[in-house]
Amino acid sequence: MGIIKTDKLVFEYIRRDEEGNVEGITRAVDEVDLDVKQGDFIAILGHNGSGKSTLAKHINAIFYPTEGTVWVDGMDTQDESKLWDIRQEAGMVFQNPDNQIIGQVVEEDVGFGPENMGVPTKEIWERVEESLKAVGMYEYRKHSPNKLSGGQKQRVSIAGVIAMHPKCIILDEPTAMLDPNGRKEVVRAVRALNDVEGITVVLITHYMEEIIHADMVFVMDKGHIAMEGTPREIFSRVDELKELRLDVPQVTLLAHELKESGMNLPDGILTIEELTEALMANYKGTK
Amino acid sequence: MSLILDHVNYIYGGDTALAVHALNDVNLVIPDGQFIGLIGHTGSGKSTLVQHLNGLIKPTSGSIYYNGEDIHDQDYDKKKLRSKVGLVFQYPEHQLFEIDVFKDVCFGPKNLGLSKQETELRAYAALKQVGLEDEYFYQSPFDLSGGQKRRVAIAGVLAMKPEILILDEPTAGLDPKGRDEILDQIARLKEETGITVILVSHSMEDVAKYVERIIVMNQGSVLYDDVPREVFKHYKELEQVGLAAPQVTYIMQALASRGLPVRTDVTTIEEAKQEIRSKFL
Repeated sequence: MGIIKTDKLVFEYIRRDEEGNVEGITRAVDEVDLDVKQGDFIAILGHNGSGKSTLAKHINAIFYPTEGTVWVDGMDTQDESKLWDIRQEAGMVFQNPDNQIIGQVVEEDVGFGPENMGVPTKEIWERVEESLKAVGMYEYRKHSPNKLSGGQKQRVSIAGVIAMHPKCIILDEPTAMLDPNGRKEVVRAVRALNDVEGITVVLITHYMEEIIHADMVFVMDKGHIAMEGTPREIFSRVDELKELRLDVPQVTLLAHELKESGMNLPDGILTIEELTEALMANYKGTK
Repeated sequence: MSLILDHVNYIYGGDTALAVHALNDVNLVIPDGQFIGLIGHTGSGKSTLVQHLNGLIKPTSGSIYYNGEDIHDQDYDKKKLRSKVGLVFQYPEHQLFEIDVFKDVCFGPKNLGLSKQETELRAYAALKQVGLEDEYFYQSPFDLSGGQKRRVAIAGVLAMKPEILILDEPTAGLDPKGRDEILDQIARLKEETGITVILVSHSMEDVAKYVERIIVMNQGSVLYDDVPREVFKHYKELEQVGLAAPQVTYIMQALASRGLPVRTDVTTIEEAKQEIRSKFL
């Protein structure tokens, strides 16, 4: 069993009108089977309302399944006695940095999690230091969070999660509110956590170019998993993705359109280097 | 008919040690009917600038003229200005509050003191302009999807019949299709009505695709103000101030550096496709 596993996970909520009468039932997550290996970097894509955030909130027991089971590191999320262990092992980072920071000083904010876990003071400081270094924010440890840029705040939020020494971290559109540099900073920090520290990453995003390095990509639609594969496999299916209200990185789209217009290019080009290589090989062929 | 900013400065916390020069000698002319992109990293002064345009913030020094009149003159009608310069904030759906979509859109024109009939006509027209189907008009705005809610919020501003429409990151948090739908709708609206549109965005790809002029803000000053092609030629300088060029621009740079004789001042997929194909045929 992987670090995160779901078995026929279903989540339903009841819609009510103003008088409280039941209007209907919405199945937000519909029989999802997921198995994530320790140390993997997985991405979840899907249009607004496809169920990806609802799925993510099951991984650290914010939501409980209506049917089916979710295990985090072998622990069933419905087992109340394991609740705090699960939340410590699976940390979550949300979209809006301003909703996640509570400390007056960066290092205080990062220490909040371990402090609540009852970690001895000396070790809290060690954890704060290593976490801030891991996201490249150590030099800001004495700063006030509200003077930081969006990307810096998100990295502080991530440090706050990793100070709890989780085995996996779930990021729900962490870059949606950031400028291009902020986005780059956050994605770089997340990749480093995965590469260097071996933390399992689940990244939910609408920015296709952020996930080209993921091990696996899951695309959600109407609560179930509509596509799954490596980024190259997924981004080779440009037309299907468009049907699901999604997109591909600009470089992939350009390669796809050039190919459609009759040029000899492989499917699923993900980086500028790959496109350049493929085009130059063609160019030399024509000379 | 235009909006002019003349040596606008804005300093907050002016009498304290923490004074911040949020706008620094900004001079801009915004003529009728342009589609303008406003870009800059977080904290560069974009939002402060747009709040000056409809008089929400008063400059510390300098003047703002709308159709030749100083908007901070004592007898200037600010209420009218705010109906003419419509500002759609970030995440505008958080401001929806009425029990149904139609009532929510009526709120603005009703407060202008218009008749019930005129109010409803405007609300109807505005909802059509943002492409919302009739079936949603009498639903609670809270039952709509993210993209639909945002369209309702934009319709609420359009119902004021603004001459200038300012949108602060209208696509933040939307899925790619929702993003394209909103921007296509805004582009169509601009074509049909000749309204001036100012789009604040963090997506260089979107800005390159839609606008005819880009204003780049950095540290409270205007760094560049030009057509997209010219602005994105400065991609190295843009990176220094936390921005970038669209990915296609980098593709063309990479190809050129490998010896393929392509133009590098390309900013959209369509242009790139034409340019690359022209070298292979």
